[in-house]
Amino acid sequence: MNDIVVKTEDVVKEYRMGSNILRALDGINIEIERGEYISLMGPSGSGKSTLFNMIGALDRPTEGQVYIDGQNMSQLSQRQIAAFRCHRVGYIFQSYNLLHVRSAHGNVTLPMIFAGISEKERNQKAEKLLDMVGLGDRMYHLPDELSGGQRQRVAIARALANDPSIVLADEPTANLDTITGREIIDLIKRLNTEQGVTVISATHDLKMLDVSDRIVDIRDGLVERIRNRDEIEIEVGEVGGEGE
Amino acid sequence: MQQRTPIEEQIDLPFVESLRISFQSLKIRFGRSIITTAGITLGIAFLVSVWTNNEIGVALQESGRQTTINTFEETTEQGISTKDIWLIVMSLIVCVVGIANSMLMAVTERFREIGTMKCLGALDGFVVRLFLLESGFQGFSGALIGALIGTLGAVLLGLKDYGLDLFFYFPLLPAQPENGPMQLGVIIVILLGCILGMILAVIGSSFPAWRAAKLPPAEAMRTEV
Ligand SMILES: Nc1ncnc2c1ncn2[C@@H]1O[C@H](COP(=O)(O)OP(=O)(O)OP(=O)(O)O)[C@@H](O)[C@H]1O
Ligand SMILES: [Mg+2]
Repeated sequence: MNDIVVKTEDVVKEYRMGSNILRALDGINIEIERGEYISLMGPSGSGKSTLFNMIGALDRPTEGQVYIDGQNMSQLSQRQIAAFRCHRVGYIFQSYNLLHVRSAHGNVTLPMIFAGISEKERNQKAEKLLDMVGLGDRMYHLPDELSGGQRQRVAIARALANDPSIVLADEPTANLDTITGREIIDLIKRLNTEQGVTVISATHDLKMLDVSDRIVDIRDGLVERIRNRDEIEIEVGEVGGEGE
Repeated sequence: MQQRTPIEEQIDLPFVESLRISFQSLKIRFGRSIITTAGITLGIAFLVSVWTNNEIGVALQESGRQTTINTFEETTEQGISTKDIWLIVMSLIVCVVGIANSMLMAVTERFREIGTMKCLGALDGFVVRLFLLESGFQGFSGALIGALIGTLGAVLLGLKDYGLDLFFYFPLLPAQPENGPMQLGVIIVILLGCILGMILAVIGSSFPAWRAAKLPPAEAMRTEV
């Protein structure tokens, strides 16, 4: 298997704050294969979210290149980037980022509206996806009327609306209790195994370890090490299913 | 590295779709929309009341009717006192600043929403159009209500000053007295108030919305409100 979906080349991201320059990413090189489940781990402030934003075209690197499906992201036009976000990637955030003016159903249909899918088709798809995440009976509730776990399920359904090949999840379980977090992880893992979606997830959550194919440890904006699944299992045994 | 299908170009949304999204947003955020709209209403009500009050004053003076309260000492031959010009300019400034401020606040608290929509594939232009539609509607309806309230206020003031004579000489339509300045008439003042309110609301919201839409989504979503 040598089908690389995501490749970063010496990605550097600097934030300028007045006269200070903060190097959040200091030359990241990673390759992610299609269908992999990757966890980005590392202490707070190590640069996980920053890397997440680079891979998802939510921000531009200061230096270096990001390739998705072989495409150099820095060479895309505005319209191509919008289409890329719309079709190729599904985003899941720690704080859900649902549009609170739209119902669960309305949130799931929005990316399909942007994709130009007909009303009938997108309604069917939204119902199917919300059913799949277990919210068949809550479709027309506003996000404010849902629990954290339910909101994250809506976010997952929304992320899948346009059949992305990559799902990016930034600490999807950080605001959830252990059991709900477990359910969300299982749901994401199921997409990965059943639909072959590539999952890249930033996390502190040790529950994430045993579903990951590889773990990328980030420290101070650098890749500290990359561990494979077999190396992980021993360590998971050691920590003994500790939660957040 | 395997080359997959090249990344296509994002399409534009049909206008009705934008319209639907913006109206739904106004409906669900009704409480908040009302507060923003109230800002516009107040600004325009103030402006229109001062302006109409002035129109009434000039019209009744033209008619030869003297005000019961003697406040026209500084009146020029043209009939508009510097005090009235000052009042109108001040109310215009209050109106502009007030509306710009309430629209700016309304957009700022939605930065995160803007970032999220861009994550889902919204074009910058769509975001701007959405705010344009919403604020245009808010601006027009808020300004219309404000203009009516302002006119009512000016009429009540006029009744106090001139009594029922007010209605005989009421400057409803534009008029050009022989030796006075052009009078716009109350209808035109109301209309101008509505247009001004709408333009101010649209500029006041689409400028910050445009700036937010230009931001990378990661940046827009960082703002905590
Ligand atoms: N927009 C920004 N402006 C300035 N500094 C930033 C910005 N975004 C991130 N940083 C800084 O970059 C560094 C990396 O931040 P990042 O959010 O990527 O960390 P993280 O690994 O996701 O942390 P956490 O686990 O707490 O989410 C931090 O020191 C942070 O303060
Ligand atoms: Mg983070």
